[in-house]
Amino acid sequence: MTTTDDAILIRTTINGDPVTFLSSQRDSLLEALRERLNMTGAKEGCNNGNCGACSVMLDGRLVNSCLVLAAEVEGAHVDTIEGMADGETLHPLQQAFLEEAALQCGICTPGFLMSSRALLAENPTPTEEEVRFWLAGNLCRCTGYDKIVRAVLKAAGEMNEAR
Amino acid sequence: MQAVKYARASSVDEAVTLLRDGGDTARVLAGGTDVIVQARERRRHIELFVDIKHIPELTSLTHEGDGGLTVGAATPLYRIYGDTEVVRRFPALAESTHVIGGKAVQGRASLGGNLANASPAADSIPAMIVLAGVARVAGPGGAREVPVAEFCSGPGRNVLQPGEFITSIHFPPPAAGSGQAWERFIPRNEMDIAVVNAATYLAFDGDVVTEARFALGAVAATPLSVPAAAAAVIGRRLTDETIAAAAEAARQTATPISDMRGTVRQRKHLVGVLTEHVIRRAVERARA
Repeated sequence: MTTTDDAILIRTTINGDPVTFLSSQRDSLLEALRERLNMTGAKEGCNNGNCGACSVMLDGRLVNSCLVLAAEVEGAHVDTIEGMADGETLHPLQQAFLEEAALQCGICTPGFLMSSRALLAENPTPTEEEVRFWLAGNLCRCTGYDKIVRAVLKAAGEMNEAR
Repeated sequence: MQAVKYARASSVDEAVTLLRDGGDTARVLAGGTDVIVQARERRRHIELFVDIKHIPELTSLTHEGDGGLTVGAATPLYRIYGDTEVVRRFPALAESTHVIGGKAVQGRASLGGNLANASPAADSIPAMIVLAGVARVAGPGGAREVPVAEFCSGPGRNVLQPGEFITSIHFPPPAAGSGQAWERFIPRNEMDIAVVNAATYLAFDGDVVTEARFALGAVAATPLSVPAAAAAVIGRRLTDETIAAAAEAARQTATPISDMRGTVRQRKHLVGVLTEHVIRRAVERARA
């Protein structure tokens, strides 16, 4: 698949819905989500893979969408924070973040939620240390992390009870 | 981002052709965790990315009949440290790949990328060196092999010729009863660049070391093989004295610089400490 023009037509699946959009070959997935598709949940923090604010799922793996070219998601499955709640019903992680006040300014929150969901999918009963190690790629300058870790552990417990 | 074009290769031959046609400003794209940042920050002039992740052999991980291991150059790190046989038989490789970047980086970053990027502080390269890794390379002149220990030629530089790229890294089978370990020092608990990293592979006949390899990172212009440390233990039993001799040989070999991450003095000290650590841990594994 090569095009000679800078514009590129991308056919992908986002949060379960087929999506076709026109992008620039130089766009990152993050830029395409935010500027082409108006999905502004994923945030640009560092734009170099350190902060995790742009975390999304690509074919079931957690990635930094700033480090993926939009053109790479041709034929792939992308999941973003916009698909996390079930209609009006928040995901248990989202509910726990609210109850534990695991956010202040909120910029890092979509990334933390995506990353935390990926953790619990792989390890439904993480220890505090495992939560901290997994979330090391997500930076938060407000909370000091304790409230976030508490929220993830709380959500894990609730999700396991509901199973 | 500078104006780049994107092409997806479905075979090694197609990638070779795309890279040849793209010339000097064409680059392979695996996980992109280094090269996309370099393009964005204009540290490398890139006009064409050739995505090699859709070439099946480039994202494979194969345990061979003789006990060897071949890892596709673009195979993401999580599949390497998440492979129970890699953890059991190539623990130094598992240890080093488990702490490169965060989880989101590990979903994309690859051994081929870490090697080609040729950072002096690259975490996986010392592990690959002590495991006698060999990079298999494709290019316009055909296929060739380059030992990982000879791959890096300077900070961010490697021996690849124009149009060449890594297709896989091959590791021979570790000897029965051998041990290996990798370790790094960083001031945080995770998500940091090594102040120093170190790796060893040791094989034994009874208590006597028959084969040894040592490697260090972040203490020279390239990741460093340390034959002098190997010479200090081969043919000997590992005692406090021989271990200290290997550590001293490693300290003598290291030529670190002082920078924001550490001073020459601290790095020299750490070389000794980490060399002792990896020897003792490799011995434990050999005896387990």
